[in-house]
Amino acid sequence: MNTKRMSKDAFKRFVDDLISQQKQKVFGVCAKGDRFEFEQLDSASQLRLDYDVTLRPPGRKYFLPPVETLLTYEVGGSYQSVYDDIKFVLIGVHPYDMEAINQLDRLFSKDNFDTHYMKRRHNATIIACDVVTASKDVFASSMGTATVKAGFDVLLTDIGDAYVMEIGSQKGDALLATAKEAVDPTVKDTEKRQAVWAENEKRLNKHKLNCEPAYLPKLLERAYDHPVWEEKAKTCFSCGSCNQVCPTCYCFNVQDDVKWGLLEGNRTRCWDGCLLDGFTKVAGDHEFRKKRLERFRHRLYRKGKYVPEKISSPIMACVGCGRCVSACLPDIANPVNVYNRLIKDLGIE
Amino acid sequence: MCERCAIEKDIYLPRLATLEKKRLMNPTEMYLRLSVDDGEPFDFIPGQFVEVSIAGAGEVPITVSSSPTQKGYFELVVRRIGNVTNAIHRLRIGDKIGIRGPFGKGTYPVKEAKGRNIVFVCGGIGLVPQRSFVNYILDNRADYKELVVLLGTKCMAQRFFHSELDAWSHRDDIRFMETIDQVDDCWLGNVGVVTTLIPKIETELRSALVFICGPPVMYKFVLLALQEANVSKENIFLNLERKMKCGVGKCGHCQINNFYACIDGPVFRYSDLSIAPEAI
Repeated sequence: MNTKRMSKDAFKRFVDDLISQQKQKVFGVCAKGDRFEFEQLDSASQLRLDYDVTLRPPGRKYFLPPVETLLTYEVGGSYQSVYDDIKFVLIGVHPYDMEAINQLDRLFSKDNFDTHYMKRRHNATIIACDVVTASKDVFASSMGTATVKAGFDVLLTDIGDAYVMEIGSQKGDALLATAKEAVDPTVKDTEKRQAVWAENEKRLNKHKLNCEPAYLPKLLERAYDHPVWEEKAKTCFSCGSCNQVCPTCYCFNVQDDVKWGLLEGNRTRCWDGCLLDGFTKVAGDHEFRKKRLERFRHRLYRKGKYVPEKISSPIMACVGCGRCVSACLPDIANPVNVYNRLIKDLGIE
Repeated sequence: MCERCAIEKDIYLPRLATLEKKRLMNPTEMYLRLSVDDGEPFDFIPGQFVEVSIAGAGEVPITVSSSPTQKGYFELVVRRIGNVTNAIHRLRIGDKIGIRGPFGKGTYPVKEAKGRNIVFVCGGIGLVPQRSFVNYILDNRADYKELVVLLGTKCMAQRFFHSELDAWSHRDDIRFMETIDQVDDCWLGNVGVVTTLIPKIETELRSALVFICGPPVMYKFVLLALQEANVSKENIFLNLERKMKCGVGKCGHCQINNFYACIDGPVFRYSDLSIAPEAI
């Protein structure tokens, strides 16, 4: 596909145009206190593409919202699907979050096609951007997600005074068709971008994984009864923070809410977390992962084995955003620490 | 909108079914007979489950208890234990309920079992899902060799399907054995847990297919007993219960290591579970 260049000022004008056209909602990264979060933009001046990491991952926030209505129903009567059919643009998705979205896309379209997720996904145009400021716990370089090659509609790379914009899809092409100030990049521009990519591949690595990420499924095959699970899990609060901030966690609960009249209501789904006690509890009080150890281990097995094997993905279900590392109070969630410990004890075969 | 979104149905949207019959079979187990309203066929394989929706209460996964050879309706048995199941018990004849499914690729191996001896080991309410395949075999009796059904129930009050079990015990083409854990004076049959019946099986076990369904604690002991009887792991099938919210392999609750009970099960071949230590 095509590559363009736009000065930073021109890009601001382009975003302001998008907002004022009101054809679609525009969400982008804004400062929230001393942190960052995706919010709806009123003006391009709010946009902070130099952010380090957002509080919540954009993929889940917009395609699998914390709470969403799946259906409405009449008590004793019929059920109706509910969709929010709104077109929107997401500006500033980092490569690791983009890889997470790529994974969710496959998970929600594989086996059984989830129309609720997929409709939102198809209504979105994603302007991804390469990382400018490394967050304190990012390890995307270790997970092979410091840069991204597919999934986005447009990819921005900050080369100083301008952005190099790679168009990744027809949607991206259509979006940039209105950008009058987008010009063809010079050879120097693309060289600068190459340098940014090469640097990001190395520097987004605050925690270094001591093996290739694709080796993790094999490593975990031999690690099920390793003492590290108990050592870490004994200080776990089972708070589920690591689940809540993770861009690739997608477990959810489904609940019925009834309106005051008791005649109609909504069936909603909301985020759930496999670290929470009761996640696997069934009628009769049987709980299949009752011990903290089992739940703690399950999360890291899902990231490093179950999910990548399910979708035959070379990229692990941990994309190295580092959010869980920052969110975990007892400081045990860091996947790299656990995986490195396993490598140290079990070796690489 | 993308092309697939336009074609694909909403996997969370239930279709409506009508409650035709209900009968309380013991203090906690309710028998329900349902038929779907849309007139479309309701085809399923023994072992598959449905998500039963009670608007306002929620959804529960329940395995179909009737055999697919019975057309035009299907049967469920629901134990009263939580919000939704209590709401199901309060339903009246003619009430509408939501049904999603049938779900589950791991079903009873209807074809593979042909020409083989079949043994069912059921613990209490574990009889309910197994009954679907038992009745399927009885309706296609010539296709299968010897048929043995073992049932262990905790106490007299929890026995159910009284007349059907009575009929089984009087038939020549099915060997039905029953035991009760805690007995009173009225019980004249076997006493003890279900594993005590396994040595009493006269059928050649080594070549038989064995199906197990019951409370989680039961599996370990039944598997030990079957190991002693030299039944190979390839010939043992387990019906695994897990929390299932979505039924379609998304929500993550029913995951057993690499497997999802809802899409890979709920019936699993024991030898496949060697990589899933969480299963038993």
